[in-house]
Amino acid sequence: MNLSTAFSSGRLTIYLSGELDHHEARCLMRSIDELLDEYLPRDCALDMSGLSFMDSSGIAVIIRVSRRMQALGGRAWIENPAGQPQRVIDASGIYRLVPVAMSK
Amino acid sequence: MNSKNYIKLEFPSQSCNEAFARTAAAAFAAQLDPTMEELGDVRTAVSEAVTNCIVHAYPDQIGKISMRMRILEGSILEISVRDWGRGIEDVDRAMAPLYTTGGEERSGMGFTIMGSFMDRLKVKSAPGKGTTVTMQRGVRPRPRRL
Repeated sequence: MNLSTAFSSGRLTIYLSGELDHHEARCLMRSIDELLDEYLPRDCALDMSGLSFMDSSGIAVIIRVSRRMQALGGRAWIENPAGQPQRVIDASGIYRLVPVAMSK
Repeated sequence: MNSKNYIKLEFPSQSCNEAFARTAAAAFAAQLDPTMEELGDVRTAVSEAVTNCIVHAYPDQIGKISMRMRILEGSILEISVRDWGRGIEDVDRAMAPLYTTGGEERSGMGFTIMGSFMDRLKVKSAPGKGTTVTMQRGVRPRPRRL
C-alpha cells in the first residue's frame, strides 16, 4: 500500500492507496504517528478514494488516528471511501465514532 | 452435501500470506461468477480469518494454517480456515464486537465482519489445540450474457 499527504491551513490529508490489511497496517500506523508528530495538525482527514481493499485492520488504524487527534485537541474523519472499504466501514459501525465525508 | 469442486491450501502464519490467501480465495470463487461486491465480501472474510490465525493462534511463533474451499450444491461457497495454535478459551466473548486481546493494532471487529459478510459462520475451538472457522456464502446466479 502507498501513502501520500497534503497539508494546508492546519489540515493534514493522508491519501491511502492499495490494500490495507494487518500486514500493511503495522507499518502504516508508524508512518501516520510520525506524520502527526511532525505536522501537529488541527484536523486530519484519511482519504480512502484510492484504497482498493481494507479489512478490520483498517478500522484499527482509523480508531488510532481518531484517538491521537483527540489527544491533540483536533478532529479526524474518513474521506471518500468507495467499494469494498465502504462496506467494511458500514459493517463495523465505525462511522458512529469517526465521521465519514464525501468531498468528491 | 456433495461438493462440486474443492481446493486445499497450506501455508505458514506469515503476515504476507494474508494477501495471498484472500487472492487465492477470490480466484477459486470466480467460477461461480460472483459480483464485485460478493467477491469483495469473500476476500474480506478470508482476510479476517487468516489474520486471526496469525495474530491470535500463533502469537509468538510461525505455525501451520490450512484453508479449504468447496463449492456446494446451489452455488454455495464454503471456506474453512484452520490452525493448530493456542485456541480460544471463550468463543462467544471472542466473537463480541470490539472485544480483542490483540492490543492497539486490532479493532476487535474481525468476527463481526466475517459474520456480516458471510451467510453462515461457525467457530470451533479448543484451548491448546487450535481453531477452525467455517463460513458459507451463497452466490446468486446471474443471467448468462450471450
